[in-house]
Amino acid sequence: MAEIQSFTMNFGPQHPAAHGVLRLVLEMDGEVILHADPHVGLLHRGTEKLAESKPFNQSIGYMDRLDYVSMMCNEHGYVLAIEKLLGIEVPLRAQYIRVMFDEITRLLNHLLWLGAHGLDIGAMTMFIYCFREREDLMDCYEAVSGTRMHATYYRPGGVYRDLPDTMPQHKPNQWRSDKEIARLNRQRTGSLLDFIEDFTDRFPVRVDEYETLLTDNRIWKQRTVNVGVVSPERAMQLGFSGPMLRGSGIEWDVRKKQPYEVYGDMAFDIPVGVNGDCYDRYLVRIEEMRQSNRIIRQCVDWLRKHPGPVMSDNRKVAPPSRVDMKEDMESLIHHFKLFTEGYSVPAGEAYAAVEHPKGEFGIYLVSDGANKPYRVKIRAPGFAHISAMNEMVVGHMLADVVAVIGTQDIVFGEIDR
Amino acid sequence: MKPRYEALAQRISARFGDSLSPVESICGELTYELDKQDLPGVARALRNEDDFGFEMLMDACGVDYLAYGQSEWQTEEATSSGFSRASIPKNIVPDADEKFDGRRFAVVYHLLSVSRNYRLRLRVFTGPDNPPIVPSVIEIWNAANWYEREVFDMFGILFEGHPDLRRILTDYGFIGHPFRKDFPLIGNVEVRYDLERGRVAYQPVSIEPRTLVPRVIRDDNRYSGQLKDEQ
Repeated sequence: MAEIQSFTMNFGPQHPAAHGVLRLVLEMDGEVILHADPHVGLLHRGTEKLAESKPFNQSIGYMDRLDYVSMMCNEHGYVLAIEKLLGIEVPLRAQYIRVMFDEITRLLNHLLWLGAHGLDIGAMTMFIYCFREREDLMDCYEAVSGTRMHATYYRPGGVYRDLPDTMPQHKPNQWRSDKEIARLNRQRTGSLLDFIEDFTDRFPVRVDEYETLLTDNRIWKQRTVNVGVVSPERAMQLGFSGPMLRGSGIEWDVRKKQPYEVYGDMAFDIPVGVNGDCYDRYLVRIEEMRQSNRIIRQCVDWLRKHPGPVMSDNRKVAPPSRVDMKEDMESLIHHFKLFTEGYSVPAGEAYAAVEHPKGEFGIYLVSDGANKPYRVKIRAPGFAHISAMNEMVVGHMLADVVAVIGTQDIVFGEIDR
Repeated sequence: MKPRYEALAQRISARFGDSLSPVESICGELTYELDKQDLPGVARALRNEDDFGFEMLMDACGVDYLAYGQSEWQTEEATSSGFSRASIPKNIVPDADEKFDGRRFAVVYHLLSVSRNYRLRLRVFTGPDNPPIVPSVIEIWNAANWYEREVFDMFGILFEGHPDLRRILTDYGFIGHPFRKDFPLIGNVEVRYDLERGRVAYQPVSIEPRTLVPRVIRDDNRYSGQLKDEQ
């Protein structure tokens, strides 16, 4: 009987550690990976084609659904590209709000990453801890946009509305005691900014908690140190960005190097890894959470002192207020035109990149002067990362595949688009 | 355009001369068009030479210019005659055509220089060949692997020298290239579960294509730079 040299194994598409619908065809020699072939596209919805068939503003909601754990950052890339082509100015207050929510989104994303990555390689507690903090941040989303995830909050010209003066409160119910409800509502008595400020006071302590659980943990280090090592040269060759690139020791952050909005005025540092393994990328993301916390705090302080408009007053792009519409014919016409036909964007092309929690999220927009984009290309960071899956796992054990999927921070909404 | 980018543009025109032709940009981005046979040489020089240092290929994507500048709703005479109904069937050019318009398909590359902090865009038209084909840059930037597979899947553009040009995002056994402008938004087939045969079956789409908001191109002073200046 012929001896079996290697065998092929299907990992996914329905596997909890595959972070969605990843079908990974693994060529194995015992426990060792010889070749990995990721099959993606099981979540392909044709977002780019759909965007071509709709007025510009109607696609903002699709952007939320790309990387569905960092919703507002996706919107940000899209509205930046439109603003670039239109050449419109965004009010300063809106820029600060966008920066603040970008960083809140970064925390949301990194918390989910940390929880899921921990769960994948044996640290169950992390998942519960991280979701506790995510809940507070989701409440910020809800307070400002009315939804916990798919916010559609950023608009070309600013943000949909100003920050609310009150936070929604928990109501008495049969599942929680009055004492518990009072505890939950304690931070929610003031405005949204009070709530966020209180969060930024609490959060660094929580990050310390995570670190005491993981950073020096023997099992954690055994599972991550020297797993999935990527050299700086290879990281650039493979088109890595964000924490994947910084983990390999390259100091590149779009927020610092090509600042957009008010990132140029913010004080924060870029953490950089040394060895380019899963453990370094873990350290980079943990430090990014602390830096995001710093940025949020700076935004809160600024926003408290500087009230003002949060939407451009260019009526060809931004809708007029309801009050104006009741009295002013011109406003009524603007409103009608904006909500039936939309606005036309000058012919041309633009590429707008933002530092998304996962890496560089870019929107390449081609307009032919119509009220719909001619072509939208979404440059998803995860797409480049997962294309390097084979290179990162070859020679590792099967269990390390899970660690590499975790460290790449894969979300299929953005990879498959 | 920022002065740094003007300096880069000068270096590029000094190094490559006529093989790269600059494209006017309304938002200060540097774009060049080049012939497809020049692509590998230019790409290698942009990556390796110290003056440029574009180590990273951030994105490569296809564009189909078939319907560029066509609107679904003519507004010129609307004041006197009133608006027509919006949905006007487009002239569809089937894939079986022997030759394409030479400027129909393009592949657009977005380059990034981490060391020198520059971005650059290159555009290559595929020419009249059917199927369209351009040289692969996978040897120069390994990241091109999946980007080129995606362009092939979505637009049917072939990449000469790509070792593994398979479909990537569409279903196994998919027919057609969905991001071409002559591919309908609703697709050609739909899937359902066939009770009798006990498996998933494909059939032609049963829904009607429709336009909710027609595509309109406005040439007024809000959008045209020339008219804006006259104001």
